[in-house]
Formats: sequence, structure tokens, C-alpha cells
Amino acid sequence: MSEQTLAAAPAGTGLLPRLAWRRLAVFTGLLGLWQAYALWLGNPLLLPTVDTTFAALWSGFASGELVDRTLASLRVLLVGYAGGVAVAALLASFAALSRWGDDALGVLTSMFNPLPAVALLPIALLWFGIGMPSIVFVIIHSVAWPLAVAGHTGFRSVAPTLRMAARNMGLSGPRFVVEILVPAAFPQILSGLRIGWAFAWRTLIAAELVFGTSSQSGGLGWFIYINRAQLETPSVFAGLAVIILIGLLVEGLLFRSVSRLTVQRWGQEQS
Amino acid sequence: MSGLVLEFDSGLAAAKAVPPLLSVTAVTVRYRSGSRDVTAVSDVSLDLAAGERLVLLGPSGCGKSTLLRAIGGFIRPATGHIELKGEAVLGPSPERMTVFQEFDQLLPWKTVEENVAYGLRRARGLPRAEAREVARNWIGRVGLADFAHAHPHTLSGGMKQRVAIARAFAIKPRLLLLDEPFAALDALTRRRMQDELLALCEDTQVTAIFVTHGIDEAIRVGTRILTFSPHPGRIIASHKVSDDERRRGSRAFAGLEARLQEKLFDGRDNADV
Repeated sequence: MSEQTLAAAPAGTGLLPRLAWRRLAVFTGLLGLWQAYALWLGNPLLLPTVDTTFAALWSGFASGELVDRTLASLRVLLVGYAGGVAVAALLASFAALSRWGDDALGVLTSMFNPLPAVALLPIALLWFGIGMPSIVFVIIHSVAWPLAVAGHTGFRSVAPTLRMAARNMGLSGPRFVVEILVPAAFPQILSGLRIGWAFAWRTLIAAELVFGTSSQSGGLGWFIYINRAQLETPSVFAGLAVIILIGLLVEGLLFRSVSRLTVQRWGQEQS
Repeated sequence: MSGLVLEFDSGLAAAKAVPPLLSVTAVTVRYRSGSRDVTAVSDVSLDLAAGERLVLLGPSGCGKSTLLRAIGGFIRPATGHIELKGEAVLGPSPERMTVFQEFDQLLPWKTVEENVAYGLRRARGLPRAEAREVARNWIGRVGLADFAHAHPHTLSGGMKQRVAIARAFAIKPRLLLLDEPFAALDALTRRRMQDELLALCEDTQVTAIFVTHGIDEAIRVGTRILTFSPHPGRIIASHKVSDDERRRGSRAFAGLEARLQEKLFDGRDNADV
């Protein structure tokens, strides 16, 4: 009983505000350095100050343009991410259930994991034309392989005793994967999902910088590209700030909550 | 007290007419270690009648756990065959539930109650509500009612083993397999768990095979003890345990302990590895 209360205490009120406070200090420090250097440099075309960047951010949101761009990017991102997760789930499950799947995944990941997603963009353009399907294709490619590798590694590190206990209870096939392997390998799967999320963002912005989806419905990458061409540097920085903010939000709210509700509660990972 | 011995004897007599619950015939188990084949169990035969608690006793590396895994259906023997109620053992099944030594046999993402209930739903196909009710009952019987909603990582080793035992008993297997379930526990906890397990076994009249390298543990929990020689594992001798001998601290207990010790070590230097 005492062990339980001990384990629960640090995750509660004590540690979290302190952690958030330190993070906030680092964040403010960076902003201060940026502002100081920008003022000293005095060249807003190269490096705008923090306040002009935030002004650009504000006017971008107020005019609705930045909101549209962000939503366009997020839509493509989510479709591609979901596709990548589905492909990775299929591959890793197949690999967990059969020797053939195991070898197939090994060959496929060693071929495609090192291949930058953007390098596939020319091919995607040929196959799917300019537009959302091409970007979704390269995002799937960027998410699927690292996530499949993470899932597969996670599945393989599930304790033999746990596997035997599950088989003893009559579990096999897809149910064994979904009900035993996935939760048991969840720490690795969660870190694979995080990595996949970051890769998806990078690929999306890179692809949009190359050609946009189309000038009307382009996303944040397109916004950055156009503003750079028009020497609207504060807006370029505003576009970057939005990407960073979304990243912080997704990490801070989504992944951290999932982690707290799963692997930390199950004792598979320390908080 | 002597009722058990009588039952046991009548069980033996009946075994001549009725086929035994479990029969292991000329089983040899090999596994590959690097480039060579190692024979872990060599030509072992044994019969088990319903209600018996058979202990496989021997030093580390005598293949007793390997034999148990083969009976559990996790390993296929190289030669010989294993039958439960006349049906060949081909793979793991809830009819033969194993309690392992390792603590990670529980599902860490489920609470104590959910672990036991999950076993009931998957192994016996019970509906959710009924599984929960049976699980609660068994958790109470192993003394963990207060911890029903705790996750395994917050429990001590002994408590985790209680959960695993509750899960296995709740499923009501035809044959309960226990693979050194108390080996990783401290001496005091182990002793208490032996007594509790014995009580559960006598209550439920479960048929069980118990693997251990502890002589006192073997005498305490078993109705019959098979001693094994190491490298490769072979049965040296079989001992029936009487109720007198099972009483800890009795003269009979000490006598049987001494006899088993002699059998196991029998002047061989390699036996105490």
C-alpha cells in the first residue's frame, strides 16, 4: 500500500509545476536572446525582432490566412499520418505472426527507412500529379518505416513469460497482437508514434516548400515559401512559429497525456 | 487427516482400470545450444492420476522445468508422447494452466482484478460481468481483496505470484502446472505461500505438477515426489508423501527430507552445481 502512494506522489502536484516552470524559463531565455540579437543586428529582412514576428503572427491569424494555411497543412498531415500508422501496423503485425513477415519487414525497412521521403517526391508527382495525394504518399512513406521498426522492436522485446502466459490463455493470431503485443510494446510504439509525427511534419513542410499543394489550398510550407519570395521575413518567422507551436502543443498535451495514462500508469516507464 | 492417503491409494487402484489423467511416455526433449544439441530430458515416463500433486524435484539444470514446458505444450518433445485424458498434447491450452516463476507473467496494463477476469474471458469464454465476479472471489481467496484495483507494478513479488495463482485456479484447468513459482521470493514469504497453496489445492482437489529444487517445499506441497538426476534429466526415484511427513517440523518430515537429500546428492560431485 505504501509503495502505491509513493509511486503516485511524484506524478501528482509536486513535480509537475516545477518541471513546467523550468521549461518556461528556457523558453523565455531563448526569446530574450532572439530579441537581443535581432535588435543588435538591426536588419529585419534577415532576422525580424520577436515583436514584429508576433505582430505578423497576429495579423496572419486575424486575416484568416494563417488559419487556412494551418488547417490545410494539418488536414494533409493527419491523412498521411493515419495512413502511415495503418501501413506500419499491418507490417509489424505480419512480422510478429510469421517468419516471412519478419524477413519481409527486415528487407523493406533496410531499403526504405534510409530513403528520404522528399527523394520520392518526383516519383510521387509523376504517379499522382501535383496535389494532396502526392504529399500524402510521401508522408506515409516517412511515417510507416520508422514506426514499423519501432513496433517490431517493441514486439520482439516482449518478455517470453508474458507471451507464454498469453498463449496459455488461448490467445493467438491477430487477437494476440492486438491484446497482448501492442499494449506490452506500448513504450516503444509510443516513441515510434512521436518520431513518426516529427517525420511527418518535416516531410510535409519540405514537400510544400517544393511545390505547395496548389496555390489556393497550400499549407504552411507554401505560406513560408511565398513570404520568403516576397521578402516578408516576419511572416516567414510567423509560419515557423506556428509549426513550432503545434509541435509543442501535440507533444505537451497529446503525447504526454497518453504517456501518463498508459506506460507510466502501467509501470513500464518512469514519469 | 489419513483420509487423503486413503483417497490417494484408492486413486492408484482405480488407475489400473481408468486411464490416468496425464500420461507421459518415453519423452526426450532436446534443444539447440549454439551448434550442438543438448538433451535436457531423457526418456522420461510418468502417469498422473486425478487429484495427485506431483513434484518434480532436482538440482538446477536437471530438465524438470523443460519437462513441465513440454507438458504445458510450449516445447515439442523430440521423441515420445504426452497425453491428457487420452488426447495428445500439441500446444498450450487453458486445460493446462502454468504459473511461471517470473513476475512478468501478469499483464502490466491491467489491474489485479482485470488480469484474473481477462484470463477467465479468454480461456473460459465467460461474459464480462461473470468473469469479474469469479475474479473477485479468487482475488479474495488469495488475500488480495484490498488490491483488486492496483496495477501489478505496485505489488510485491509475493503478491504478483498470488495474482498468477488466482488467475490459474480461477480458470479451473484439468492440470495445474507450477514452475518454481516461489523461487524468487524471500524465505518467509515462500513458506507462507507454500501453506496457502497447499490449502487451495486441498480445497479444490486440483491435479497439479509442481517443479522445485527445494526439498522442504517438495514435501510440503506434494503427494508424490519424483527426484531427477541432472544432465540429461532422468527420474531417479519416486516417493509418496504421507500426511505425517507433510507436517512441518515433524520427525517424519525430517526423515523424508534426509532420504531425499541422500537420493539427490548420492555421492555425486556434479549434483550440487
